[in-house]
Amino acid sequence: MFNWLHPFAKPETVYHLCGRLYPWLMALAVLLLLLGNIWGLAFTPPDYQQGDSYRIIHIHVPSAIMSMGTYSAMAIAAFIALVWQVKIAQWSVLALAPVGAVYTAIALITGMAWGKPMWGTWWVWDARLTSELILLFLYLGVIALSGAFSDRQTGAKAASLLAVIGVINLPVIHFSVEWWNTLHQGASITKFAKPSIDPSMLWPLLISILAFKVLMLALLCLRLRNAILLNEQHRPWVKTLAGGH
Amino acid sequence: MVTLYRFTQRELCLLARQKADWLNPLLFFVIVLSLFPLGVGPEPNLLRIMAPGIVWIAALLSVLLAAERLFKDDYRNGVIEQLVAAKQPLLSFVLAKLITNWLSTGLPLVLLSPLVALLLNIDQASLVAMVFTLLLGTPLLSLLSVMGAALTVSADKGGILLALLILPLYIPLLIFASAAMEAAAMALPYYGQLAIMLAMLLFAMALIPLAVISALKLNVS
Repeated sequence: MFNWLHPFAKPETVYHLCGRLYPWLMALAVLLLLLGNIWGLAFTPPDYQQGDSYRIIHIHVPSAIMSMGTYSAMAIAAFIALVWQVKIAQWSVLALAPVGAVYTAIALITGMAWGKPMWGTWWVWDARLTSELILLFLYLGVIALSGAFSDRQTGAKAASLLAVIGVINLPVIHFSVEWWNTLHQGASITKFAKPSIDPSMLWPLLISILAFKVLMLALLCLRLRNAILLNEQHRPWVKTLAGGH
Repeated sequence: MVTLYRFTQRELCLLARQKADWLNPLLFFVIVLSLFPLGVGPEPNLLRIMAPGIVWIAALLSVLLAAERLFKDDYRNGVIEQLVAAKQPLLSFVLAKLITNWLSTGLPLVLLSPLVALLLNIDQASLVAMVFTLLLGTPLLSLLSVMGAALTVSADKGGILLALLILPLYIPLLIFASAAMEAAAMALPYYGQLAIMLAMLLFAMALIPLAVISALKLNVS
């Protein structure tokens, strides 16, 4: 397997691979986003309890899922970067962190907008909301740490280390927050029984989740290409690419 | 073992000569504590309810204040670089840092707790719980802050970055420590919370020194 993977450790190969994949991934992401969101927002039947306001689920749930999915992808890349010292993996960590942070922010903001009509308040210190907020802090820590060094390489390595530390801590944080919440107050409004979702609502939701996933991959390709160019700018192949000076 | 002893001796000697390094955070702890009654009002019952959170947030802030300079001088002098270059065991250096950091920031907080109880109107049972949680929690706080300091040792802007890195990791400790103190205030058993804090401390003791070593190495390479 390593023989097969070996060429992909070379920045030039990855640059061209990402360049080839990016248009397809982006087109697919736009297509799926339009399909899933228009179907979900305009054509699904209203919920019997929540009326039309539940429709934000088609943005909220995919972004919440991908906020965690992006973190795990970032942590795997960080682990590879630390153990095998693969530069591409280091740059992937930095490429993924802002994408994940924005997904987390979208999940939080749409969650607040959903909470206002349903729970009557923008914010409750519910376990899930709190752990999502802490996840945002973890992302911001990785981004801030990567930018704090004058040497870009050191920043990337330190950010990778922090991402791995964060992923070890994430379950501890999650369960302690859950425990804290259940200790303080029996969650009365936050755990309203969600009716098992109807197929007419499920399909657009699944399409939206897939769309957010493909969009993450497309953005990764785009950002990784930029990172490769930035870090390899003195290499001959980049110079020929830029016009052979 | 000998190197650990030597390193610890060196750190203690440095602390004895630079008293401001560990006295200022303690002073800061007391100042933050005395600001809370001024801010929320001197109502004794209110203070008693808020005391666990106030104590642990003030403890975090004072430890953060001390952590910022932890590796800075050794980094500027080139001590860390020489240790890495000479292939010296970094583990004893890190352990010595941890031990002296706890002795200079964690232990004084435990010793100050009767004074804190006086200021915040904490009763006897909660005071005992506070001493226990501080004894278990401050070493963990030291571990976390040493790790944050090691990660940011060659960074251009330290202070606020360090806080951003440590705060999310500190949340479980804050939750369990204040839960133990609240349980004690209501005369409930709090061994469960203490056991979980001990578990977190042991887990961190096993893994964080390794993270600190690799963070130091990547900062000097």
